Amino acid sequence: MTEAVIQMREMVREYQMGTELVQALRGVSLEIRRNEYVAIMGPSGSGKSTLMNLIGCLDTPNAGEYWLNDQEVSRMSDDALARIRNREIGFVFQTFNLLPRATALQNVELPLVYAGMNAGDRTERAVSALARVGLGNRMDHRPNEMSGGQRQRVAIARALVNAPSILLADEPTGNPDSVTSAEIMRVFGKLHAEGQTVILVTHEPDIAQHAARTIVLRDGQVASDSANPCSVAA
Amino acid sequence: MPLFEAVRLALHALWTQKLKSFFSLVGVLIGVTFLIAVVSIVQGMNVYMTDQFTRLVGMNSFQVRRFPGIQTGNVSEEQWREWRRRPLITEADAAYLMAGMRTPVLTSRNCQGRTVVRLGGKEAPDIGVTAADASIFRIKNYDIVNGRAFSAQEVRVGAHVVVIGDLVAERLFEGVDPLGRSVTMQGIPYRVVGVVDKQGTMLGMSLDKFAIVPFTTHAQRWTCPHNGIRQLEVQAADVITMRAAIDEAETLLRARRQLGPTEENNFDFQTADAALEGWNKIATILFAALPGLVAISLVVGGIVIMNIMLMAVAERTKEIGIRKALGAKRRDIMAQFVVEAATLATVGAIFGVVLGIALAFVVKRYTPLPAAVAPWSIGLGVFLGVAVGMTAGILPASRASKLDPIEALRAE
Repeated sequence: MTEAVIQMREMVREYQMGTELVQALRGVSLEIRRNEYVAIMGPSGSGKSTLMNLIGCLDTPNAGEYWLNDQEVSRMSDDALARIRNREIGFVFQTFNLLPRATALQNVELPLVYAGMNAGDRTERAVSALARVGLGNRMDHRPNEMSGGQRQRVAIARALVNAPSILLADEPTGNPDSVTSAEIMRVFGKLHAEGQTVILVTHEPDIAQHAARTIVLRDGQVASDSANPCSVAA
Repeated sequence: MPLFEAVRLALHALWTQKLKSFFSLVGVLIGVTFLIAVVSIVQGMNVYMTDQFTRLVGMNSFQVRRFPGIQTGNVSEEQWREWRRRPLITEADAAYLMAGMRTPVLTSRNCQGRTVVRLGGKEAPDIGVTAADASIFRIKNYDIVNGRAFSAQEVRVGAHVVVIGDLVAERLFEGVDPLGRSVTMQGIPYRVVGVVDKQGTMLGMSLDKFAIVPFTTHAQRWTCPHNGIRQLEVQAADVITMRAAIDEAETLLRARRQLGPTEENNFDFQTADAALEGWNKIATILFAALPGLVAISLVVGGIVIMNIMLMAVAERTKEIGIRKALGAKRRDIMAQFVVEAATLATVGAIFGVVLGIALAFVVKRYTPLPAAVAPWSIGLGVFLGVAVGMTAGILPASRASKLDPIEALRAE
């Protein structure tokens, strides 16, 4: 329980926008332990998307260190990062990002395909991941045949199928209505209770309050990092 | 990602956009169709020519001639003059060879001409008339279906008898037995003693428009050159004996013509091989032109596929981003698009093979040209399809594999 999954030290990320140098992150340090439930908040432009991309190993910092499960990912090559994303990170995107022409099952199998798993094991794992999010009966449906909540649950199943160290969700309830949003948050709560490390990136305080800890970013720096007193999961 | 998975994915993408896929395949399809069809026709000609020549000339027979009867390629002016200077093969030369050769062979003097064969009011024009010895029937493998061949005795006495080809019999003796009747050639009557079995056609020309008469008849005067014969036909039991016979005949004729060791032969041996050489030259030219034609269509086909794949990469940027986020490495993305391009081209190539074979059959059915599908050309066609697809896929695939996952995920 005390083991650190994520250790970041003085992470800096800058972008060249035309002639201007934009500092998206100016020295962010944080530590997230196994089985924590963390919400990352902040207004737009605060650097939370940049931080999410860095946590998700889609990007590397210009300066600072990022250790994920005792591996230094801040200096890794593209292909090494791809392997880390495949094994350690489960993404849940705001817009689901399911492949439209593939069935729920095929979508969930995709990370396992890139992990090099054989077809039999793949299907078995994907079926059980879908069952975990309560979609055992919708496996052969394509995304356009499912509701928003169901699609998001397919996306969660896909994120979980490789048993990642971190479940990383970007505005997971950004689109769906409030009923669906409660449904999704219940799934995250359940996964956290089962021992999953969950990181939510959101701008909605009522979503953030599901987490046990809230990190607020402002101007590329950590403005506050506090335990959430009224957390559902605490 | 396993290959099978990638191919299945590619086929799925192909199927969902049938019309677009068809247009992207057309280049490769035409190239391969062409390859298969031309190779099939050339191959068919090869088989056909070899069969026909061995049937007509026989692999175990040769002709002693003044100069080659079938010229291949361009004969230089100088060569022509040299040939014209050569002495004729005379009856005495022929007699010398026939008497002197120790190798067991069948021989026949042979002169040919074309004339009209008449029977009463009817006439058969443009008939190839051969004046020859009695062994010609065995040398040429002519089966007599009605009557008999003429005999050596008839040749010796110069009997005016004739053995006619099937078409001549049909023209002049419709429904009547020709045996014992007289036909007229160049004003001289010949009694029909036999009809040769139907020979069929070669490249659309009938092989049954002929008549054979003894060498010693009146026909000799208008079929043979003055004081000479066209050729001496020699047939041995097999190819090896034939080679020996050629060597022997060469030695004999050189000795008779008193050629010195440094002098070239002033006569020629024609074998089925030599005759086939002409065809081989044509086939070589066709085969030489073929790669160019196929290459052009394949290059065009490759460019079309490359374009389609570049469009696909642009359209599917988001998908690439998703795949990368889920752990696809550069080479996974690369493989996906290369395999997709190769699958596209291979499907085109397979349709091309089918269409090419169909075209070959159409040619065979509706033209005198023969066609035989060469298995290697099918293999080559499919291989070229795969190769073109893979090559065309490399650039788009590499572009896709280098996309930044964050940027790609942001795409719509």
